[in-house]
Amino acid sequence: MTVTAPAGARPRSRVAAARRRPGAWRLSDSIELAAAAASSYVLTWLIFGRLMPFTVQPAGFAICWYALFLGAYWGVARDSSGPVVARDRIMAVLISTGAGLALAPLLLVIGYVVYRGLSSLRPGFLLETMQLTGPLQPATEGGGMHSILGTIEQVGIAALISVPLGILTAVYLNEVKGPIAAPARLVASAMTALPSVVAGLFVYALLIVRLRWGFSGFAGSLALAILMLPTVTIAAEQVLRIVPGSLREAALALGGPEWRAVALVVLPTARTGLITAVILGTARIIGETAPMMLTAVGTKILNPNPFGGIQDDLPLFVYHQIRAPQDTSVDRAWAGSLVLLILVLLLFLLARAGGQGGRRSGKGTRR
Amino acid sequence: MTADTQVTDTTDAPGPAGGTLDAVGVSAWFGQRKVLEQVDIVMNSGEVTALIGPSGCGKSTFLRILNRMHELVPAATLAGSVLLDGEDVYGTALALTEVRRRIGMVFQKPNPFPAMSIADNVTAGLKLTGRRPADREALVEECLRRASLWDEVRGRLTAPAGGLSGGQQQRLCIARSLAVRPDVLLMDEPCSALDPTSTRRVEETIGELKEQVTIVIVTHNMQQAQRVSQRCAFFLAEEDSPGRVVEQGPTEQVFQHPEDPRTADYVNGRFG
Ligand SMILES: Nc1ncnc2c1ncn2[C@@H]1O[C@H](COP(=O)(O)OP(=O)(O)OP(=O)(O)O)[C@@H](O)[C@H]1O
Ligand SMILES: [Mg+2]
Repeated sequence: MTVTAPAGARPRSRVAAARRRPGAWRLSDSIELAAAAASSYVLTWLIFGRLMPFTVQPAGFAICWYALFLGAYWGVARDSSGPVVARDRIMAVLISTGAGLALAPLLLVIGYVVYRGLSSLRPGFLLETMQLTGPLQPATEGGGMHSILGTIEQVGIAALISVPLGILTAVYLNEVKGPIAAPARLVASAMTALPSVVAGLFVYALLIVRLRWGFSGFAGSLALAILMLPTVTIAAEQVLRIVPGSLREAALALGGPEWRAVALVVLPTARTGLITAVILGTARIIGETAPMMLTAVGTKILNPNPFGGIQDDLPLFVYHQIRAPQDTSVDRAWAGSLVLLILVLLLFLLARAGGQGGRRSGKGTRR
Repeated sequence: MTADTQVTDTTDAPGPAGGTLDAVGVSAWFGQRKVLEQVDIVMNSGEVTALIGPSGCGKSTFLRILNRMHELVPAATLAGSVLLDGEDVYGTALALTEVRRRIGMVFQKPNPFPAMSIADNVTAGLKLTGRRPADREALVEECLRRASLWDEVRGRLTAPAGGLSGGQQQRLCIARSLAVRPDVLLMDEPCSALDPTSTRRVEETIGELKEQVTIVIVTHNMQQAQRVSQRCAFFLAEEDSPGRVVEQGPTEQVFQHPEDPRTADYVNGRFG
């Protein structure tokens, strides 16, 4: 070793260096974090539990703990890895705290729904209807099978209408760039802010009353499709816009007509983003109550036919149950909310899996 | 292998191998700005034509006019005509997609389709033109071999094309344009992202292909122009004026005995 070598330099060794991933999180990092958290907790407890003559609110305790924790963690990280890494770690902690605070309301809502819903959710809920259940029976009697089926049918039909239409509109706006693209984009953007009750009112006044269709799940689906279409269109257009123009040029230079270039190159490239657009659109409508009251109305009886007669769905189920005076009904409403949440989660996972699976086989030699 | 492909070629390509491309009085504008003026070049079948000239003189624009890619730019206009075996590619007798299929193009920047596998990229042109390859595997192998990419990717044909290096992507793009069996192949600096070995292999490929495909290549590499091309055209855009062809002729003559002093300066690296 030469004299001028910086501290820590060592002679070149012939032993193969261990494989590593720069910046990866190691066990010692977790121990440092845990130790800093534990020691600052003990210190806080010492201050407020032993030294101070008074006790503080839990919030004050938490804030003090957090401040001490930051200091302790900075010290530990600096001692083990130097000030650069320590600053990095503190920023990571601050950013994680911010993310945690932003997520907290969401987690609280989900947690409360799960807590309330689980207490009265039984397997029977998925298999029974409210047809034979009286107001005084316990929450474990009856179920929301008719509502689950209604939601699946109504949202499914709405998606069948608005997903192809929305993606075609997005293709028109961004690929065809036809003469009415600008006004169409304006209308679509404005319609994303359409109050849902107005969509319901429109279907009610025009189709149900004027054209004498009568109430049905399908009428509700149309109201939902009106709400879903602009969301899917705008989201899909944003996604298509980031597909590089050089790919379109490559497809056209091979002699493909424009529709094939869109179908075989542009849309597959944007696949994951388009699936997100569909999820966004579905999320927009799956919890809608107001337009459904005007169109599908809601019922306690199973009606599997979305095209004739009133039909229930989960938002309507929750709405009707929670307005009933009995506690048992309120419990059932929470169970309904939980099922709705689970349904959304399932849809989300299904769409994700579809995106990934399709992508994998798209990469393979399928054709 | 070359003999094989020539046999299969005759079933696909109409007429004789390769096509003669004849640009007559071509000018081009982007909006109000004129970037090309009165370009006349004949690109014979069986020959490689090199386009050389400093950056921004309109070589890519000229190339894109030849296979009607120029009109994809919204404000772009042009004058003059381009004849493919005597037929005007801007006329009514030839469909736009037919022109682009018969006159293939390799772009300055590699642009493989990221959502497709390597093999799917090679056959993408067939799918895009609504045709099916008779023997897909053989076609993929043949095109990848011609683009000198086969040995590097033979074990991962189903892997996504985005995972290739920049130079590999460019060779994949060359393979992709060969798969549709064009009559003419336009190459816009195809080797600018390649290492010397791949460059030499692509140059060899160009040499093999020129019997079957008419090749027009833009290059900034003077040695490459001399190695691969039989004819050469020197483009130049002088200050505030559109690009023109200053000199053209057999490559040998343009490089050894240029008539115009500006050509002599450029090919000897004494420019600007
Ligand atoms: N899409 C476009 N819109 C407006 N002007 C353009 C466009 N494409 C090219 N130009 C202009 O046209 C002229 C010729 O460009 P071109 O791309 O043909 O040059 P080039 O000879 O290929 O240069 P290089 O060797 O750098 O690729 C340039 O002055 C350029 O600024
Ligand atoms: Mg160029």
